[in-house]
Amino acid sequence: MPLSAATRQKIDKAIAKYPAGRQQSAVMAALTIAQTEHGWLSSETLREVAEYLNMPPVAVYEVASFYSMYHLKPMGRYVLTLCTNLPCALQGSDVAARYLQETLKIGWKETTPDGMFTLLQGECMGACQEAPVLLANHQRMCCKMTPPQIDALLVQLRAEASQEERHE
Amino acid sequence: MRTFLDFGSDAVLLAGLTGDNWRLKDYVARGGYEALKKILNEHIAPEEVLAEIKLSALRGRGGAGFPTGMKWSFMPPNAPEKYVVCNADEGEPGTFKDRDILRFNPHAVIEGMIIAAYVMGCARGYNYIHGEIWEVYERCEEALDEARAAGFIGSHIMGSGFSFELFNHHGFGAYICGEETALLESLEGKKGQSRYKPPFPANVGLYGKPTTVNNVETLACVPLIVKNGGQWFQNLGQPNAGGTKIFSVSGDVERPGNYELRLGTPFATLLEMAGGVRGGRRLKAVIPGGSSSPVLPAAIMMETHLDYNSIAKAGSMLGSGAVIVMDETRCMVRCLQRLSEFYHEESCGQCTPCREGTGWLARIMHRIEHGEGRPGDIEMLDRIAHDIMGRTICAMGDAAALPVRSFIKHFHDEFEYHIKHRRCQVADHV
Ligand SMILES: Cc1cc2nc3c(=O)[nH]c(=O)nc-3n(C[C@H](O)[C@H](O)[C@H](O)COP(=O)(O)O)c2cc1C
Ligand code: SF4
Ligand code: FES
Repeated sequence: MPLSAATRQKIDKAIAKYPAGRQQSAVMAALTIAQTEHGWLSSETLREVAEYLNMPPVAVYEVASFYSMYHLKPMGRYVLTLCTNLPCALQGSDVAARYLQETLKIGWKETTPDGMFTLLQGECMGACQEAPVLLANHQRMCCKMTPPQIDALLVQLRAEASQEERHE
Repeated sequence: MRTFLDFGSDAVLLAGLTGDNWRLKDYVARGGYEALKKILNEHIAPEEVLAEIKLSALRGRGGAGFPTGMKWSFMPPNAPEKYVVCNADEGEPGTFKDRDILRFNPHAVIEGMIIAAYVMGCARGYNYIHGEIWEVYERCEEALDEARAAGFIGSHIMGSGFSFELFNHHGFGAYICGEETALLESLEGKKGQSRYKPPFPANVGLYGKPTTVNNVETLACVPLIVKNGGQWFQNLGQPNAGGTKIFSVSGDVERPGNYELRLGTPFATLLEMAGGVRGGRRLKAVIPGGSSSPVLPAAIMMETHLDYNSIAKAGSMLGSGAVIVMDETRCMVRCLQRLSEFYHEESCGQCTPCREGTGWLARIMHRIEHGEGRPGDIEMLDRIAHDIMGRTICAMGDAAALPVRSFIKHFHDEFEYHIKHRRCQVADHV
């Protein structure tokens, strides 16, 4: 899928943050924008980004594969990343991890059969005072994720998904 | 009435914040941008501002504690293109102070960066923000728009001869990008892999140009120093380390959170502010300066004051000020295993001792934790950690090795028990 006009416009805004000729600095932003649109980064998307930023495709691939929040494979509609680092573990992330896995009936790096949720293990998100911390689609930070909070989030995300589908 | 967030009665950086009063007008009402106005209106020379920063004895809050004034003076005065970069890639496990500064008081960091740029003669700056805090990045974008609209950023700021452009850069999930040279690589649009030093960023930094990287908290101190004087700031702390420090307390306490204290405050006071150990349990161990700093047993920690020298004397580091508290029910093997996995996961892979060593450490810790430890494993952990230290491009190697050596030093019995009996010595575990 080629980059949409809206995506290009957003990438242009990112490029403008860097000095002339330094548009490579916008590669992280460009990949984030593309991933937000498509849910993951296909090799076609990587090529498009490379071309747009005038970078060798391999340089874009290197960036996309280095940072943990880019996905080079299709993911569930909602990627749920639970922090399992020590401070969160001391404050209940083990309970949250078990509860998520049992409720969704999937393990780490797996996606529910309906394609709705992918579960990932994350490292410290810099918000340990509000542990357990969960990040939905890398942008929405959900704090103090006890089982009732997790239930509420899953219900909310499912509702958002069906609402979006009705719009489409 | 507004409820103020409670960061402790010593707070100056976080004083008066409610969570809602982060906008420019609120910051100005608190006396914000007065420092910048004073400098530009009274034509205070960069050297004079630098002298105040030196007098304040401000030391970098990113972990290494390097004197900020000295760091700024390393920038070559006459280079045509220079950068100031804010390190907001807060990813050191247990650290969550920069997120609070940025979301509750973003303009303090912006003003700090503008003043830093003025002192060092930088025309451009970037704020590199941790990938996981997208909402904070968006707030910082809004705050920058406000500052630009008010004429605090841009060309000829407040009619002076000083021009400065500032932008936010959003990271995307790599702990190593907190290391300043990896951060610069990332900012250039590459993999975040640390550079060899020297040359240091002050000579060869962003795009090969002189660059200074400072932590969020460091930069947030700058307007206060300029407004109230270096001596005022120094008096808040100690002769060689001025000011307050924000401690992020996490783990087994009643009230995890950020607490701002004068440097030199006893640890016991901080523990009390955080509500004490959760459930009235007994304190077992504390990691006082982020996951990369050596763990200390309760008895030592309860006698220690929170400042660079005291914590160093006790055998650890003040680091980022992230205080991770563990109670008597915690298994030290399990705790270390989680940290070892983390360092293995986050090694950027350039140096063999770090890339391979963190893998070995993680695998040995995994087998001890899962009841498959072998005689000699503890010695092997220590040897691997020893062999990583000092043999890597960046300090991440040491960061991975130090916790290991301290855990097996202070909790040797527990590791032995785990290997011999194939289970935890303590009842409950993480
Ligand atoms: C592995 C590693 C991770 C680091 N992470 C951070 C970080 O998240 N935030 C930070 O400010 N400094 C971090 N640092 C320290 C920076 O390299 C640098 O020293 C600091 O940003 C300088 O700012 P300061 O002088 O204001 O402390 C890290 C260092 C290493 C070796
Ligand atoms: S010490 Fe580790 S993180 Fe640092 S450069 Fe070497 S491999 Fe990368
Ligand atoms: S350990 Fe989970 S947010 Fe820090």
